[in-house]
Amino acid sequence: MTDLVQLLVAGLATGAIYALVAVGFTLLWQTSQTINFAQGEFVMVPAFFVLAAMKFGGASFPVALLLGLIASLLVLGVLFKKLLVDPMIRHGVLPLVISTIALALFLKEGVKEFYAADAQPFPALWATTNITVVGAVIALQNLVIIGVAIAAIAALQWFLAATRTGRSMQATAQNPLLARILGIRVERMILYTFLINAGLVALASVLISPIYLAKFSNGETLGLVAFIAAIVGGFNQVRGAIAGGLLLGVLDNLVAAYVSTQYRGAIPLFLLIAVILFRPQGLLGRAEERSV
Amino acid sequence: MKFHIGTAAVSVLASAVWLGAASAQAQQTVNMPDVVELSGPGAVSGTNWRDGVTLAVDELNAKGGILGRKIVTTHSDTQSNPGISRAQVQKALDGDPYVILGPIFSGSVKVNMVLAQQAEVPQFTGAEAADITQAGNPYIFRTSFGQQASMPKIANYIRDGVKAKSVALVWVNNDFGKGGRDNFAREMAARGIKVTVDISTESGQVDFAADVVKVKSANADAVFVYTNEEESARFLREARKQGIRVPLIGETTLLNQKVIELAGDAANGVRGHVGLSADVPVAAIQAFKDKFIKRFNYSPDHNAIKGYTAVHAIRYVTEKIGKFDRKLLAKTLHGLTITPQMEPGILIETTWDDKGDIDRISFLAEVVDGKQRITQTLPKLGK
Amino acid sequence: MTRARNLSRAIAALAVCAVLVAAPFGLKPYGIYLLSLWAVMTIAAMGLNLTLGYAGQISLAQAAFVGIGAYTAAILTTQGWPFALAFLLSAALCFAIGWLLGYPALRVQHHYLAFVTLAFTTLVFLVLRNEEWLTRGIYGISGIPRPDVLGWSTGAPRDYYFFCLGMLGLVTLATGWLVRSPWGRAFMALRENPIRAASLGVDTRRYTLIAFALGSALGGIAGALYAPLVQFIDPTPFALGLSLNLLLMVIVGGSGFFFGPFLGALVSVLLPEWLRFTEGLYLLIYAAFVMALMAFCPSGLLGIAERLFRPAAKTDDPPALRARKTAP
Repeated sequence: MTDLVQLLVAGLATGAIYALVAVGFTLLWQTSQTINFAQGEFVMVPAFFVLAAMKFGGASFPVALLLGLIASLLVLGVLFKKLLVDPMIRHGVLPLVISTIALALFLKEGVKEFYAADAQPFPALWATTNITVVGAVIALQNLVIIGVAIAAIAALQWFLAATRTGRSMQATAQNPLLARILGIRVERMILYTFLINAGLVALASVLISPIYLAKFSNGETLGLVAFIAAIVGGFNQVRGAIAGGLLLGVLDNLVAAYVSTQYRGAIPLFLLIAVILFRPQGLLGRAEERSV
Repeated sequence: MKFHIGTAAVSVLASAVWLGAASAQAQQTVNMPDVVELSGPGAVSGTNWRDGVTLAVDELNAKGGILGRKIVTTHSDTQSNPGISRAQVQKALDGDPYVILGPIFSGSVKVNMVLAQQAEVPQFTGAEAADITQAGNPYIFRTSFGQQASMPKIANYIRDGVKAKSVALVWVNNDFGKGGRDNFAREMAARGIKVTVDISTESGQVDFAADVVKVKSANADAVFVYTNEEESARFLREARKQGIRVPLIGETTLLNQKVIELAGDAANGVRGHVGLSADVPVAAIQAFKDKFIKRFNYSPDHNAIKGYTAVHAIRYVTEKIGKFDRKLLAKTLHGLTITPQMEPGILIETTWDDKGDIDRISFLAEVVDGKQRITQTLPKLGK
Repeated sequence: MTRARNLSRAIAALAVCAVLVAAPFGLKPYGIYLLSLWAVMTIAAMGLNLTLGYAGQISLAQAAFVGIGAYTAAILTTQGWPFALAFLLSAALCFAIGWLLGYPALRVQHHYLAFVTLAFTTLVFLVLRNEEWLTRGIYGISGIPRPDVLGWSTGAPRDYYFFCLGMLGLVTLATGWLVRSPWGRAFMALRENPIRAASLGVDTRRYTLIAFALGSALGGIAGALYAPLVQFIDPTPFALGLSLNLLLMVIVGGSGFFFGPFLGALVSVLLPEWLRFTEGLYLLIYAAFVMALMAFCPSGLLGIAERLFRPAAKTDDPPALRARKTAP
């Protein structure tokens, strides 16, 4: 029983990270038809911005965090949009997908060559203590991760639903043409989405790097699971991404503990195939209509 | 359409010319190419090896090289992929080398040593899989213990030192981990120690909660962990967090400085066998470590020592036989013991047997207060 | 006028063939190996071009088919089966699996297909790695023999290169014939506007399936040739990375152009060699190059060539991409 609680908490913590990453991914896709194959690397990079600020800039950890956040917003938000997405979106989806694949490679190799190839320890934002609940030892870190992720996503949901800008962003996602006609500044809304994504991945990066250790190859598995979480949960709903992320995190741990560790990576894949074939809108999504 | 063919034609021609251009080798140099993992899962080991080799080569070249000829070393990346390693070794062989250095990953070595053997070029590898020296290749030489030598030592320790009757086995699912696991399981069976649970983990895995849960419920007397550096650190942290009380035992990697640095407090109490390490209290090795840190700004691991000692061993034997003769080099090295008095660059007394396996003293160690501390020195197996 | 054009085309083709045949005589074994690898990768890329460039389906499964083909050939030939049989079985098996995979998978939209095929590739990799009893798992299969073709042994590097070159030639002719046939035109109709094609009576499902299965079979053929080339296979090369690599090859060369895969494979195989002097930065340069290419000329290198030499071309989008923009 304590084991189960252990696994559930660990699974929810990992799942919360997946959810953060998947939400950003879904937002980008919804508003600007950008399938960002570099999303995993986007989670890997902010930690290195922070580390670089500390190592080369001599900044203290809190200052480095701030610098890292600003760098992420600029590079992964503004530059990404202006240099990569805008020039390519007029050519269609496929060149953009290819570019994000190339971007992922670029970011990965860039960190490896210009920072370090081996894993780097990353300072934790809070004490690494454990608390005991029902006999299960739970790291405070895990609870904080779950808490912060939920808070961030709740804040995002509120922003999208309750503020004017948020509702404009939703309108842009649902029907850009109509939104433009209604006077919504579509370009700006799309920029906001990129900034939000950059913020979310930076948050995810800072949350997981103390545990995962910062390494250039972190993005590979994270990115893949984020896509799967987004699709399984429901590509056109933010809460779908949350559900998908949490589900995958918990399922992975349960399968590894009770079924097989050799094939634990297969479960998300089976789930993905099953969902796409039988319920393409995802578990929580709405069925999309296609215009002819 | 013709322009497309034309473009293609010009490209092919240009490439052919480029590839075919032989690089002229100056007569006064000796070619020792290095083919090693510089990217992919083996990047950390390979980078250490490469830097150890570079340090040795530069040291020797500053003193005039080998028999008056400067050493020329190019480093090629196998990308931790056996197929690519084979191609890189082929390329190295095309340049008519004296010896070949590397790779470290056993899978790659097994594939490309066939080529080196056919070309009758001695190959110094950092690999540890047992079957590498059992294929009858007279040109392959190890630079560290094979798993068939290190696993019995750790098995003896588990039986006699830890006095465990059962053990939980955690390993990484690549050729390094699987080879180690297979050898270890065999040694356990031979000593009547039960392996209660056998857990495979992925290279690059970050979340070990499930694996630790499985280990706990297996109720073994000890846990043997055979994974790569970062995974070891993550596993140790999770094990510490979930309160595993039984001894955590490893083989060289688990007690390595990088793992200790990454795992922090969670590494304290880890015990195991250390075949080769930059932290043993041997003066020559400590001096090497200081030189390495001064040059490269990071702490070397055992792979750096492997690369460094290989180059010096080659120099010693070449100067001993007085000429650049590959066959004679191989023949002389079989059965030779090199001591630090004969060749300081060997750092620690090493014997090569007639199969290319290495015999050295090794150590049992424990991690105390964030440092690796030697608790016992184990003698050489032979002689 | 067309007669002169056809003549100059024929001469150009002959010139290329001459270069390809003469090349190995001036090269060391490593250079010959690279050329053989190029030939094999071109076959795999041609398969993907059929699926992506002509039929317009984004597939990330090609690496899995190359892997299945390679393992089939390796397992059978190391058990003593003749290569020809193993080769045919590889192609047939991949065709069948491609058909079975495509049947449900092609019902979904393009970006979903990319993810389904991505999942498939990773699953195949896991199976290849975990099922030791069949594939020898992570240890791999070594000592794969090179075939004897009608008494001519292909063991030496140059001989095996000619064998690969010959296979490439056969595959090129077969695919060329396919593309010019009514089937090929049906594929292109699918790519340009699937809904209109359907309304004109083209059985879109069947033709998409055929294109996908044929592309998979070509992947299997490439795998069956790859195994004896390297003479050792393990699961590592047949993972998602290879799928992405092949995708980049097709796009960089120019998807939808017949000779695109040739050029794309050339760039991918030879770039590490050309850029050796950059010491490990070559992947960065390659990535930057691809991004720049996509920004300025998404129709790939052949698209650039087309624009330079035939500026009268209507749009600057490659055949495969024109459809994507108008589709929902």
